Amino acid sequence: MSENTPVLEMRGITKRFPTGTLANDAIDLDLKEREIHALLGENGAGKTTLMNILYGLVTPDEGEIRIDGAPVTIHDPADAIRRGIGMVHQHFMLVPVLTVAENVVLGQEITAVGGILDMTAAERRIRDLADRLAFSVDPRARVDQLSLGQQQRVEILKAIYRGARILVLDEPTAVLTPQETHEIFDVLRRLREEGTSIIFISHKLDEVLDIADRITVIRRGKVVGSRRPAATNESELAELMVGRAVSLRVDRGQSHPGQVILEVAGLRALDDRRHEVVRGVDLTVRAGEIVGIAGVGGNGQDELVEGIVGLRKPIAGAIRLAGRDMTRLSVDARRDLGIAYVPADRQRFGLVLPYRLPDNFVLTRYAEAPYASGLGGFVRQDRPIRSEAGRLAKEFDVRTSSLDVPAATLSGGNQQKVVVAREFRHDLKALIIDQPTRGLDVGSIEFIHRQIIQRRDAGVAVLLVSAELDEVLDLSDRILVMYRGRVVGSFTAAEAQREKVGLLMATGEARP
Amino acid sequence: MRRVRATLAPTWAVASIPVYSIVLAFAVAAIVVIVSSAFTETGFDPLLPLKAYGSLFAGAFGSGNGIANTLVAAAPLMFGGLAVGLGLKAGLFNIGVAGQFLVGAFAAAVTGSSLANAPTIVGAPLAILAGAAAGAAYGFIPGYLKARTGAHEVVTTIMLNNAAVLLLTWAVNDLVRAPGFSFPRTGDIGQSALPILAGRNLHLGIAFAVSSIFVIRWVLDRTTLGFEIRTVGANPNAARYAGMRPVFITALTMTLSGLLAGLAGAIQMLGVIGFYAPGITASVGFDSIAVALLGRSDPIGILFAAVLFGAFRAGAPLMQIETSVPIEVIDIIQALVILFLAADLVVRRVFRVRAPKVEITEMATVTGSWGGTPPASAAR
Repeated sequence: MSENTPVLEMRGITKRFPTGTLANDAIDLDLKEREIHALLGENGAGKTTLMNILYGLVTPDEGEIRIDGAPVTIHDPADAIRRGIGMVHQHFMLVPVLTVAENVVLGQEITAVGGILDMTAAERRIRDLADRLAFSVDPRARVDQLSLGQQQRVEILKAIYRGARILVLDEPTAVLTPQETHEIFDVLRRLREEGTSIIFISHKLDEVLDIADRITVIRRGKVVGSRRPAATNESELAELMVGRAVSLRVDRGQSHPGQVILEVAGLRALDDRRHEVVRGVDLTVRAGEIVGIAGVGGNGQDELVEGIVGLRKPIAGAIRLAGRDMTRLSVDARRDLGIAYVPADRQRFGLVLPYRLPDNFVLTRYAEAPYASGLGGFVRQDRPIRSEAGRLAKEFDVRTSSLDVPAATLSGGNQQKVVVAREFRHDLKALIIDQPTRGLDVGSIEFIHRQIIQRRDAGVAVLLVSAELDEVLDLSDRILVMYRGRVVGSFTAAEAQREKVGLLMATGEARP
Repeated sequence: MRRVRATLAPTWAVASIPVYSIVLAFAVAAIVVIVSSAFTETGFDPLLPLKAYGSLFAGAFGSGNGIANTLVAAAPLMFGGLAVGLGLKAGLFNIGVAGQFLVGAFAAAVTGSSLANAPTIVGAPLAILAGAAAGAAYGFIPGYLKARTGAHEVVTTIMLNNAAVLLLTWAVNDLVRAPGFSFPRTGDIGQSALPILAGRNLHLGIAFAVSSIFVIRWVLDRTTLGFEIRTVGANPNAARYAGMRPVFITALTMTLSGLLAGLAGAIQMLGVIGFYAPGITASVGFDSIAVALLGRSDPIGILFAAVLFGAFRAGAPLMQIETSVPIEVIDIIQALVILFLAADLVVRRVFRVRAPKVEITEMATVTGSWGGTPPASAAR
């Protein structure tokens, strides 16, 4: 094997799905030893399919995989692991009630005579491995008590423990805070020094530029370019990814806040497990202003928002809209007053996936005229429903072959556009948006951000919650940081520096 | 031609699995018939299934009388199938149709017999209303319990089925027993019986049942209430988000489901049975579940499924007389149909039907009710 033989080569990989979609179209990819190679592309570009082929989860129609120069066929994940390929999925595959050590050795347990588990030996080996990589992970901690960042390290540990020389990480930073992202990057660099080769899948441009030695961009199943970070920049990569020039930063323009529209005072609420996760929140949003709530997921943001829109009964506090107390009103009564809500989880709350698009476009207005009339608003009216659906689909550029397809068949971005189109009405007073662009690609994000700014400029009070700190920073006129159920900091757009806000998100304190 | 195919395609996508399940059920039952024929005096006869199925068809559709019998047997199954199907649309599995049917039949019998001498135009409608109200009230109980306390409707309706049998036995014995009979029973419904439209037994209840199919279809497809019921069934979270009240819809749907089951009992009482006595068969209750599943909870599908099951009942006697194949073969076929519906993967494999990308699977509600894991296609 010569010095320059890549550890992994994928040649002419083609995969066509039964629906006719060409997920991978003659893709070439190679990975050198001690290299971090980023795979960049929009959602649905074919990154995950390519990696699933590598991991033996999907069989390619054409193409060849070589490891250390020798052609191989990978039948299943066990095969892949045997050949030194490790994969860290976007959604962690850990058993929450087991300890770190138990999770790592799962399937490859160390046993003493008689098949008795030797956890002490396992813990020792894991501690050695963690020390070598400078991980701070306690092998005896239960996984459900770890932060997402720590859980990810357990996943990596698991792959390395199984002897991975080629590590694939699928969107590893999607759920992490900026601090955790920094830490995981340090880990990856250390792994590279130790001799591991890494494929890093992402659609975040800044991260890719930061960590990768080489960047390969995929669009619609094809490799459209390969760059070295030093020789490129964010806008070039975005253009490669999307296929047209994209403005990465929304031009927020000047805001002209008016009177207070939305007022939350002393709000306290329980989560589904009856723990108090909103512990006294006060906030106000003015007309024509975007207030962003930054915070690591799970610090009470979702419950706060559900309290505001009426899906969750608060245990204390008050919510007012334009001075009117609506703490006790139902979801639809609040909606009638001019509140709209884009939920964080579009598939669980925002859409009925088996329904065709017209029913989804009027889901929150199904009982209003003209969508229902006759017999006291009892009979649904097809024609107005369809024409509204057609209008919204056009205005919000929802890409679909027909309105008569189930919402489940749309891509994530188009599903989100359906929800956004429905909620961004013209007669709004307040707009509550939770994770407006989660999982969306650059093009869709740009579109939705512009729509949000447009509503603000039309005088709507906007409350924005996002786990993406950059999104909050880019869009908000004021930024609140939520930590453990409380608002622990408030910044104007001008004051809010990324590091300062990030630190507050992670620790709840302005100083470490 | 292409136009026709395009309009039929969505219907076929829904109907293909039930149709194939029926075909497979007949095929497997044929094997049973052939094998068992070898042990009877008729002797081994590989053509026996064809003869038997021929007689079955002739008995069900071969004469005016046969058709009337088929429709008479189908009418309560239409109401019962609608009762189960409506529940499934809202994600509820009403196994209590048997009990609600009995309660409806009893109320219709008591009302009808007390108006036995009043004109039919008075007695029959009031008896039907009484049956509907009783069924609705009996369906409201599990609905309310589910909405208020989360008590699972499968558990409560199974128990309420037993409660209905015992309660009505007591009521007939001690409250409304008609004098002059050697066994406990109510009085005759007399003039309250439903008018006969044609032949010996083709009663008005059949027209009523068929029109109910279209009423429920209209409610489900075209009204806000139907939209609420379907949304609660498909995604209760989204229903709450849209401002609906799933708790209220749950209670209401169970009440409506009970009402339909009560109607099944009422028309069976007023069109066929004539008086209530403990031990009248409530097999309609369980056949209704099969009808709803075979009809995929769709009212038109339920119409066809009910007619098919009615034809089984109406044609089986002739099959037994002409070919000595026992009536019980019908139970085997019915059971196999449900088996293949539940194990639709088998059917898809045999007939090479591709799984649809999205569907609201009634089977998911049913298997979920038993603590089973819904198939992956439904879990999303």
